[in-house]
Amino acid sequence: MKIAVCVSHVPDTAAKINIGSDSKNIDQNGVTFVVNPYDEYAIEEALKTKEKFGGETVAISLGGDANKETLRKALAMGIDNAVLLKDSGFRDSLSVAKALAEEIKTQGAELVFFGKQSVDYDSSIVGQLTAELLGYNCISVVISFSLDGNKITCEREIEGGKEIVETALPALITAQKGLNEPRYASLKGIMAAKKKEIIEKQPVAAQNYIEIISMKKTESKQAGKIVGTDSSAVPELVRLLREEAKVI
Amino acid sequence: MAKEEIKVDLLKGGEFLIKESDPQIVFIPEDLSEDQRMMADSAREFVEKEIWPKLNAIDKQEPNLTVSLLEKAGELGFLSTAIPEEYGGLGEDFNTNTAIAFEMGASHSFGVSFAAHTGIGTLPILLYGTDEQKKKYLPKLGSGQLKSAYCLTEPTSGSDALSAKTTAKLTEDGKYYILNGQKMWITNGGFADILITFAKVDGDKFTCFIIDANSEGFNRGQEENKMGIKGSSTTALFLDSVKVPVENILGEIGKGHYIAFNILNIGRYKLCAMTTGSAKKVASASITYANERQQFGQPISNFGAIKHKLAEQAIKIFVSESATYRVSDLINGKIKELQAKGSRYEEAALVAAEEYAIECAMLKVFGSEVLDYVVDEAVQIHGGYGYSEEYPAARAYRDSRINRIFEGTNEINRLLTVDMLMKRSMKGRIDLIGPAMAVQKELMSIPEFGSSADGLLAAEYKAIQNAKKAVLVIAGAAVQKLMQKLKDEQEIIMNVTDMMIELFTSESAYLRTIKLSGFKNTQELQPYIDMTQVYIINSMEKINIYGKHAITSFAEGDELKMLLMGLKRFTKYEPINTTKLRRAIADKLIEANKYCF
Ligand SMILES: Cc1cc2nc3c(=O)[nH]c(=O)nc-3n(C[C@H](O)[C@H](O)[C@H](O)COP(=O)(O)OP(=O)(O)OC[C@H]3O[C@@H](n4cnc5c(N)ncnc54)[C@H](O)[C@@H]3O)c2cc1C
Repeated sequence: MKIAVCVSHVPDTAAKINIGSDSKNIDQNGVTFVVNPYDEYAIEEALKTKEKFGGETVAISLGGDANKETLRKALAMGIDNAVLLKDSGFRDSLSVAKALAEEIKTQGAELVFFGKQSVDYDSSIVGQLTAELLGYNCISVVISFSLDGNKITCEREIEGGKEIVETALPALITAQKGLNEPRYASLKGIMAAKKKEIIEKQPVAAQNYIEIISMKKTESKQAGKIVGTDSSAVPELVRLLREEAKVI
Repeated sequence: MAKEEIKVDLLKGGEFLIKESDPQIVFIPEDLSEDQRMMADSAREFVEKEIWPKLNAIDKQEPNLTVSLLEKAGELGFLSTAIPEEYGGLGEDFNTNTAIAFEMGASHSFGVSFAAHTGIGTLPILLYGTDEQKKKYLPKLGSGQLKSAYCLTEPTSGSDALSAKTTAKLTEDGKYYILNGQKMWITNGGFADILITFAKVDGDKFTCFIIDANSEGFNRGQEENKMGIKGSSTTALFLDSVKVPVENILGEIGKGHYIAFNILNIGRYKLCAMTTGSAKKVASASITYANERQQFGQPISNFGAIKHKLAEQAIKIFVSESATYRVSDLINGKIKELQAKGSRYEEAALVAAEEYAIECAMLKVFGSEVLDYVVDEAVQIHGGYGYSEEYPAARAYRDSRINRIFEGTNEINRLLTVDMLMKRSMKGRIDLIGPAMAVQKELMSIPEFGSSADGLLAAEYKAIQNAKKAVLVIAGAAVQKLMQKLKDEQEIIMNVTDMMIELFTSESAYLRTIKLSGFKNTQELQPYIDMTQVYIINSMEKINIYGKHAITSFAEGDELKMLLMGLKRFTKYEPINTTKLRRAIADKLIEANKYCF
């Protein structure tokens, strides 16, 4: 079985982000980029599935040369092959999904893993769009995955609980935190990854339906207010919560 | 950007005193290749995921925990990075090992167990073992199946290691040595499977043996109750007629001291990488805390006094890192040069480590003192919370202190620095006399009030060149005056070493910043320039003070006057507003919310 995993290269969540001078992009100066954290769960699940059932794994990433770093990391973790769909311009979620779907088709992957969202643009729909384009079954926000023959059983996170669902291959799964504990690249894995080639391809062109007009930073939170330190402050606190904050 | 080619004009050991270095051929951490970075990242993840969550349990010496973590590190490849592929290792070069050491340095007690195992516990076999010994032990040491310890110190021989009393006596059938004695303070002593042990054959031939911990007569003492690095195992070891097969002699009979000292060269340099790596983590915790903690209605990182501390921590770390990679690459380059001439890796590594023994000793002193400064200020920045075990500063503070004691105390390393330099000069390996005479002559002449130089860090460049002259003049005069008696004037030696350390580290920072100017834009480069300037101006002050202490303790009358005048001339530096620079550095750190250089 061929298993694909789609990975994106995103700013480190700990990095302090500034808006670029065109106000349509972030200022990448001094920002470190990492593998999208949710994609690490996707990579791990792809590796575990392969370890159990055999087959071949391929990581696919759409973006510029910098994305090679993320692909290299996937290879170091144990993914067999890597494809970079080289494109550095802006693409909306549908356009990204079209490019990825095309490559998944070319690869002939029956099982595909995504992160549930990419922590840069946070649109949280690329996986689902890709599944639709491929005509694959899709289960999103998965916290447990198992495969038995053709049958897939997953647990999904839902508000206040979880849901157990079944589907069949071919399928696309989007990973949520908790799905597994991603391994880290062993030194031997890194050495092996050095010898593997990242295949560069031209992604299919696709129209954007969404355009970024501008980016703005959220206003920083106002400092908190301490009303008092003992029970005598409760009436005042209730008053403020009711009248000023309007939350009760 | 990794450079595979062999560097032609390598700076020799100690030559930094008399020669300039080309910034373009100096290795800086920014030169690490993507693969090297990935390996370091992997080490960092290991420390963050496997070690940090377990620091308390490690410090309580939970049974088998450190051993299982060493085994896990072995599985992932971290114990075998320096072991050649033919013995089951990864055969990574020196710079890669440096990058990994930086990350492992932040693992507190585990880092000490790790360093003892991979460094002093494994390298003697790698560098001095016979092919059989290497085949027998290295694959298992690299995988973590066997754990190792290095046993030099004894109850009555610490700094004076060669006065060890442990004896080794050949059995009548000539097949075994019988070892008797006691070792003290042995890291990994509580669990090591093999022990690299020094003993004297026939009472005087200092020799190194590999002892199997299962041998009869071998006993471990209780765990020492230590001030810090509580999670590392440290015990006495008792050798009561332990039978060691002759094939377990490492190196040659009577040549054990070569092993003891050469292994320490590498250990010292590694210690600097590890302490600097640890300092980065502590500095980051300080910055984060200072940003979070509010007093007087604002984060304490707003206060100038705190900014000063944050900036100083960062400056020292930046400088230490620059100096470590500089030496790492000199050793790396020398190994490659010798290998290209046909040496085996093992021989090449030994020669290279010996070549830069002076730099290794200086780094050991510097790195351990930088960490001590950083942890001390970390506690201070945390205020009362720095005194609480709930925050990382307290552990960092306790764990730092040992670094000034083991791998040769800082006093011993300071003494060695000058001692090795003098020996090198006497053997003609480095020409100090010529340049020292030239400077003396320059002193007699009228100083040039030349135009102030311009260009990036031009004043700092000048200051460094002058500082070299200051060291040469003072060291030269002391040697001329005191001759053989210099070794009894330890205070002067300490002063000279401290001047050398300030000089070497200043130059390392300067070289890194100049090299960075080739690929960083003005805005990115600014904090590096600021750090370099603040550091160098401080160093010039220090060199001046150490110089004065030295001169006044041996010179009198006209000579005293002339030397003081020379010192003044060679440590002159236009004062600048360092407060402003430190604030700018601190602001960068505050914004990044972590150590970011
Ligand atoms: C936690 C820990 C782990 C250790 N791990 C190991 C290990 O794995 N293997 C091992 O073999 N050893 C190990 N050691 C021993 C360590 O290397 C020694 O403690 C160290 O070399 C100092 O020796 P000492 O303690 O006997 O001090 P001493 O030599 O007695 O020194 C006491 C003081 O006198 C100074 N001094 C000594 N001689 C001179 C001199 N000639 N001139 C000026 N000053 C001098 C020293 O600098 C120091 O300040 C460890 C020690 C500790 C505490």
